[in-house]
Amino acid sequence: MKNALRISCSRVNLKAVRDFVAASLLDCNLSNTQLNQIILAVDEVVANLIIHANGEDESQYLDLAIDIKDQLFAIEIFDNAATFYSPSTYHEPDLTEFIRQGKRGGVGMTLVNRIMDRVEFTSNGGQNVCRLFKHLVYE
Amino acid sequence: MKITQHSSAGTLTLILDGELDASSSVLLDTELAKPETLQFQKVLINCKQLNYISSAGLGVFISHLQQFQDAGVKLVFFNMQDKVYNVFEILGLDTLMTIVPSEEEATAA
Repeated sequence: MKNALRISCSRVNLKAVRDFVAASLLDCNLSNTQLNQIILAVDEVVANLIIHANGEDESQYLDLAIDIKDQLFAIEIFDNAATFYSPSTYHEPDLTEFIRQGKRGGVGMTLVNRIMDRVEFTSNGGQNVCRLFKHLVYE
Repeated sequence: MKITQHSSAGTLTLILDGELDASSSVLLDTELAKPETLQFQKVLINCKQLNYISSAGLGVFISHLQQFQDAGVKLVFFNMQDKVYNVFEILGLDTLMTIVPSEEEATAA
Protein backbone atom coordinates (compact mmCIF):
# COMPACT_ATOMS: atom_id res chain seq x y z
CA MET A 1 0.00 0.00 0.00
CA LYS A 2 1.14 3.54 -0.67
CA ASN A 3 0.25 6.71 1.18
CA ALA A 4 1.13 10.29 0.38
CA LEU A 5 1.12 13.63 2.18
CA ARG A 6 2.09 17.15 1.18
CA ILE A 7 2.96 19.75 3.81
CA SER A 8 4.21 23.31 3.69
CA CYS A 9 7.52 24.02 5.38
CA SER A 10 6.32 25.01 8.82
CA ARG A 11 7.19 23.32 12.11
CA VAL A 12 3.53 23.26 13.06
CA ASN A 13 3.07 20.56 10.39
CA LEU A 14 5.31 18.08 12.21
CA LYS A 15 2.30 16.76 14.11
CA ALA A 16 0.51 15.99 10.81
CA VAL A 17 3.61 14.15 9.60
CA ARG A 18 3.74 12.00 12.73
CA ASP A 19 0.03 11.23 12.48
CA PHE A 20 0.49 10.29 8.80
CA VAL A 21 3.29 7.84 9.62
CA ALA A 22 1.36 6.37 12.54
CA ALA A 23 -1.75 5.88 10.40
CA SER A 24 0.22 4.15 7.65
CA LEU A 25 1.65 1.67 10.17
CA LEU A 26 -1.63 1.11 12.00
CA ASP A 27 -2.24 -2.38 10.63
CA CYS A 28 1.33 -3.60 11.05
CA ASN A 29 0.98 -4.73 14.66
CA LEU A 30 4.24 -3.16 15.82
CA SER A 31 5.31 -2.66 19.41
CA ASN A 32 4.72 0.84 20.74
CA THR A 33 8.47 1.31 20.93
CA GLN A 34 9.18 0.34 17.33
CA LEU A 35 6.26 2.41 16.07
CA ASN A 36 7.50 5.41 18.01
CA GLN A 37 11.05 4.94 16.71
CA ILE A 38 9.93 5.06 13.08
CA ILE A 39 7.72 8.08 13.72
CA LEU A 40 10.66 9.77 15.44
CA ALA A 41 13.11 9.10 12.60
CA VAL A 42 10.74 10.60 10.04
CA ASP A 43 9.97 13.58 12.30
CA GLU A 44 13.69 14.27 12.72
CA VAL A 45 14.39 14.29 8.99
CA VAL A 46 11.31 16.35 8.17
CA ALA A 47 12.16 18.89 10.89
CA ASN A 48 15.65 19.22 9.43
CA LEU A 49 14.30 19.67 5.90
CA ILE A 50 11.82 22.30 7.09
CA ILE A 51 14.29 24.24 9.21
CA HIS A 52 17.66 23.81 7.50
CA ALA A 53 17.01 22.96 3.85
CA ASN A 54 13.99 25.19 3.34
CA GLY A 55 14.55 27.90 5.95
CA GLU A 56 11.00 27.46 7.26
CA ASP A 57 9.73 29.01 4.04
CA GLU A 58 6.02 28.23 4.08
CA SER A 59 5.76 28.76 0.33
CA GLN A 60 7.88 25.61 -0.05
CA TYR A 61 6.48 22.10 0.20
CA LEU A 62 7.61 18.63 1.20
CA ASP A 63 5.99 15.60 -0.41
CA LEU A 64 6.03 12.38 1.59
CA ALA A 65 5.26 8.94 0.18
CA ILE A 66 5.17 5.76 2.25
CA ASP A 67 5.34 2.23 0.88
CA ILE A 68 5.10 -0.86 3.08
CA LYS A 69 5.77 -4.20 1.45
CA ASP A 70 6.93 -7.55 2.77
CA GLN A 71 7.88 -6.19 6.19
CA LEU A 72 9.85 -3.32 4.71
CA PHE A 73 8.85 0.24 5.57
CA ALA A 74 10.08 2.78 3.04
CA ILE A 75 9.46 6.50 2.99
CA GLU A 76 10.52 9.06 0.40
CA ILE A 77 10.58 12.75 1.24
CA PHE A 78 10.86 15.10 -1.73
CA ASP A 79 11.66 18.78 -1.68
CA ASN A 80 12.80 21.43 -4.17
CA ALA A 81 15.16 23.39 -1.95
CA ALA A 82 17.90 25.17 -3.86
CA THR A 83 20.26 24.13 -1.10
CA PHE A 84 20.56 20.36 -1.12
CA TYR A 85 20.32 19.17 2.47
CA SER A 86 22.96 16.61 3.25
CA PRO A 87 23.80 15.99 6.87
CA SER A 88 27.50 16.35 7.50
CA THR A 89 29.56 13.19 7.59
CA TYR A 90 28.23 11.12 10.43
CA HIS A 91 30.11 11.35 13.69
CA GLU A 92 29.15 9.77 16.96
CA PRO A 93 28.24 12.70 19.19
CA ASP A 94 30.02 13.08 22.50
CA LEU A 95 26.97 13.76 24.64
CA THR A 96 28.98 14.41 27.77
CA GLU A 97 30.70 17.21 25.87
CA PHE A 98 27.35 18.43 24.48
CA ILE A 99 26.05 18.70 28.03
CA ARG A 100 29.18 20.46 29.26
CA GLN A 101 28.89 23.03 26.48
CA GLY A 102 25.13 23.46 26.81
CA LYS A 103 24.79 22.45 23.17
CA ARG A 104 21.24 22.27 21.85
CA GLY A 105 21.31 20.70 18.43
CA GLY A 106 23.16 17.90 16.77
CA VAL A 107 21.56 14.68 17.95
CA GLY A 108 18.64 14.36 15.54
CA MET A 109 20.49 12.59 12.74
CA THR A 110 22.13 10.31 15.30
CA LEU A 111 18.65 9.16 16.26
CA VAL A 112 17.74 8.63 12.60
CA ASN A 113 20.88 6.65 11.83
CA ARG A 114 20.48 4.47 14.90
CA ILE A 115 16.81 3.73 14.22
CA MET A 116 16.69 3.21 10.45
CA ASP A 117 18.37 0.42 8.50
CA ARG A 118 19.23 2.69 5.58
CA VAL A 119 19.23 6.46 5.10
CA GLU A 120 19.81 8.04 1.68
CA PHE A 121 19.95 11.67 0.57
CA THR A 122 20.07 12.28 -3.17
CA SER A 123 19.58 15.23 -5.48
CA ASN A 124 18.54 15.16 -9.10
CA GLY A 125 18.26 18.38 -11.07
CA GLY A 126 16.41 20.52 -8.59
CA GLN A 127 14.52 17.81 -6.77
CA ASN A 128 15.97 16.39 -3.57
CA VAL A 129 14.96 13.07 -2.07
CA CYS A 130 15.52 11.57 1.34
CA ARG A 131 14.76 7.85 1.56
CA LEU A 132 14.48 5.95 4.84
CA PHE A 133 14.12 2.18 5.11
CA LYS A 134 13.27 -0.02 8.08
CA HIS A 135 12.61 -3.74 8.34
CA LEU A 136 9.58 -4.16 10.53
CA VAL A 137 9.43 -6.61 13.41
CA TYR A 138 5.85 -7.71 13.93
CA GLU A 139 4.60 -8.45 17.43
CA MET B 1 2.12 20.48 24.45
CA LYS B 2 1.05 21.92 27.77
CA ILE B 3 3.40 22.69 30.66
CA THR B 4 2.11 23.26 34.17
CA GLN B 5 4.20 23.83 37.23
CA HIS B 6 4.05 23.88 40.95
CA SER B 7 6.70 24.50 43.54
CA SER B 8 7.22 23.83 47.22
CA ALA B 9 10.11 23.63 49.66
CA GLY B 10 12.93 24.20 47.19
CA THR B 11 11.50 21.91 44.51
CA LEU B 12 10.01 22.97 41.19
CA THR B 13 7.86 20.37 39.43
CA LEU B 14 7.08 20.72 35.73
CA ILE B 15 4.29 18.56 34.35
CA LEU B 16 4.70 17.93 30.61
CA ASP B 17 1.53 17.01 28.74
CA GLY B 18 1.60 16.12 25.06
CA GLU B 19 4.29 15.94 22.40
CA LEU B 20 7.65 17.69 22.69
CA ASP B 21 8.93 18.39 19.18
CA ALA B 22 10.71 21.09 17.18
CA SER B 23 7.55 23.18 17.29
CA SER B 24 6.69 22.94 20.99
CA SER B 25 10.18 22.73 22.53
CA VAL B 26 10.45 26.52 22.68
CA LEU B 27 7.79 26.46 25.43
CA LEU B 28 9.92 24.17 27.56
CA ASP B 29 13.05 26.16 26.87
CA THR B 30 11.28 29.31 28.04
CA GLU B 31 10.36 27.63 31.33
CA LEU B 32 13.82 26.26 32.02
CA ALA B 33 15.51 29.54 31.04
CA LYS B 34 13.70 31.59 33.69
CA PRO B 35 16.28 32.92 36.18
CA GLU B 36 14.19 31.81 39.17
CA THR B 37 14.53 28.18 38.06
CA LEU B 38 18.12 28.26 39.31
CA GLN B 39 16.94 29.18 42.81
CA PHE B 40 15.48 25.71 43.36
CA GLN B 41 17.44 22.80 44.75
CA LYS B 42 15.57 20.38 42.54
CA VAL B 43 13.62 20.50 39.28
CA LEU B 44 11.38 17.47 38.80
CA ILE B 45 9.95 16.65 35.38
CA ASN B 46 6.71 14.67 35.51
CA CYS B 47 6.64 12.71 32.23
CA LYS B 48 3.47 10.69 32.80
CA GLN B 49 1.55 12.57 30.08
CA LEU B 50 4.58 13.16 27.84
CA ASN B 51 3.66 11.04 24.81
CA TYR B 52 6.52 11.94 22.50
CA ILE B 53 9.94 13.56 22.53
CA SER B 54 12.18 14.38 19.57
CA SER B 55 15.75 15.66 19.48
CA ALA B 56 14.52 19.23 19.87
CA GLY B 57 13.04 18.38 23.26
CA LEU B 58 16.12 16.43 24.30
CA GLY B 59 18.22 19.36 23.14
CA VAL B 60 16.47 21.68 25.56
CA PHE B 61 17.40 19.45 28.50
CA ILE B 62 20.94 18.90 27.20
CA SER B 63 21.41 22.65 26.83
CA HIS B 64 20.32 23.46 30.39
CA LEU B 65 21.75 20.55 32.35
CA GLN B 66 25.25 21.95 32.90
CA GLN B 67 23.93 25.30 34.08
CA PHE B 68 21.67 23.47 36.53
CA GLN B 69 24.57 21.38 37.80
CA ASP B 70 26.75 24.46 38.18
CA ALA B 71 24.01 26.13 40.24
CA GLY B 72 23.52 23.04 42.39
CA VAL B 73 20.09 22.30 40.92
CA LYS B 74 19.27 18.63 40.49
CA LEU B 75 17.18 17.70 37.41
CA VAL B 76 15.13 14.50 37.85
CA PHE B 77 12.69 12.88 35.41
CA PHE B 78 9.97 10.57 36.65
CA ASN B 79 6.95 8.58 35.43
CA MET B 80 8.42 8.29 31.93
CA GLN B 81 6.53 6.21 29.34
CA ASP B 82 8.52 3.31 27.88
CA LYS B 83 8.54 4.71 24.36
CA VAL B 84 9.89 8.05 25.60
CA TYR B 85 12.49 6.36 27.80
CA ASN B 86 13.59 4.40 24.73
CA VAL B 87 14.49 7.66 22.98
CA PHE B 88 16.79 8.61 25.87
CA GLU B 89 18.27 5.09 25.68
CA ILE B 90 18.96 5.26 21.95
CA LEU B 91 21.32 8.17 22.61
CA GLY B 92 22.69 6.87 25.92
CA LEU B 93 21.10 9.81 27.74
CA ASP B 94 19.51 7.41 30.19
CA THR B 95 22.94 7.08 31.83
CA LEU B 96 23.72 10.82 31.76
CA MET B 97 20.45 12.07 33.22
CA THR B 98 18.55 11.08 36.34
CA ILE B 99 15.41 9.14 35.42
CA VAL B 100 13.44 7.35 38.13
CA PRO B 101 10.13 5.48 38.01
CA SER B 102 8.06 7.37 40.56
CA GLU B 103 7.48 10.75 42.14
CA GLU B 104 8.48 9.34 45.53
CA GLU B 105 11.86 8.35 44.17
CA ALA B 106 12.24 11.67 42.36
CA THR B 107 11.51 13.56 45.57
CA ALA B 108 14.00 11.42 47.48
CA ALA B 109 16.70 11.64 44.80
